Amino acid sequence: MKILVLALLLVGAGAQGAEYRHVDVTHSQIRFTSKQMGVPVDGVFHTFDADMAFDPQAPATARGQLRIALASIDTGNREASEEVIGAQWFDVKRYPMAQFEMRQLQPLGAGRFQISGVLSLKGVSRPLAVDATLKTSGAGQAVMDGSFVLKRLDFGVGGGVWDDVGVVANEVTVQFHLVLEP
Amino acid sequence: MQPPRYTRTAIVLHGVMALLIVAGFGIGLYMADLHLSPLKLRLFSYHKWIGVSVWALLLLRMLWRSRHAPPPLPAGMPAWEQTAANAGHLLLYVLMAIIPLSGWLMSSAQGVTTVYLGLWPLPDLLAKNEALGRLLLTVHRILNYALLGAVAVHVAAALKHHFIDRDDILGRMFRLTGATE
Repeated sequence: MKILVLALLLVGAGAQGAEYRHVDVTHSQIRFTSKQMGVPVDGVFHTFDADMAFDPQAPATARGQLRIALASIDTGNREASEEVIGAQWFDVKRYPMAQFEMRQLQPLGAGRFQISGVLSLKGVSRPLAVDATLKTSGAGQAVMDGSFVLKRLDFGVGGGVWDDVGVVANEVTVQFHLVLEP
Repeated sequence: MQPPRYTRTAIVLHGVMALLIVAGFGIGLYMADLHLSPLKLRLFSYHKWIGVSVWALLLLRMLWRSRHAPPPLPAGMPAWEQTAANAGHLLLYVLMAIIPLSGWLMSSAQGVTTVYLGLWPLPDLLAKNEALGRLLLTVHRILNYALLGAVAVHVAAALKHHFIDRDDILGRMFRLTGATE
């Protein structure tokens, strides 16, 4: 068994074109949708980066890290964008980055994977499992798409007067579109 | 013989819409300069829900009015006063129709969908455009101050009829007992 794993690792390392190490950030997007009084509000994080060692043929050895600069948030409304970087929300002065660490990749078939790892946000780390699709595209790239629902109060995001989920819902849908490259 | 009266439906629609308009105007005036807070988000939503309600009730009211002619103005009124009364009422109807519409357009241009009672999304009438959103805010404000003026004249005229002319203009719009339908 060990020999088999070692052999797979060697094959994985040999197949240079199939391993992804970076994210093409200019063509990737991290968006989110929250609800205020039942109104869906879309936003985006402009600044993030990732590095990984990830071969879809050898998912067991996949590792990766995604970091988001929280101050790069754009909620579509200037007043709201200024508010959410403050202490009651992301508190970017103390916690400038959010991080997702991929620890496991489980193939689900038909180009779909379950990505498991740990999300760290505002000093809180919690396990997170996300379903995503992976499609190879030209120039040795691959596109990873997925979304998940995050409960903001699990991370203390939007505390104080803002913990009223009747105004700003607890659930935030996060969508990612990542262009992976060797 | 009883003098002509407004119908009960017309009386209720007039009263409910008057209360909603006063509330919507007051909330709008108060919320505009608030710093972002949960209260502000609540008030913005309540204000929009009131606007949508007024608009829907206005449609109902116009439909009702098309089938139930309002009672004629008192016979003794000079012609110019009758013209002014009709023009004033027409202006009120026009403002009640276009003020919620201007708010809906503004909200669309600001990129915020209007979701009635937090449940039913209204279609966005415009694509997001911040400059247009600011322009529509100005239009919405001016129209509301026009409505404030029109309502002030409307109330003053009604009180003048009641206390100076001593006719039954006020009673036929506020007294439910004896009204039909």
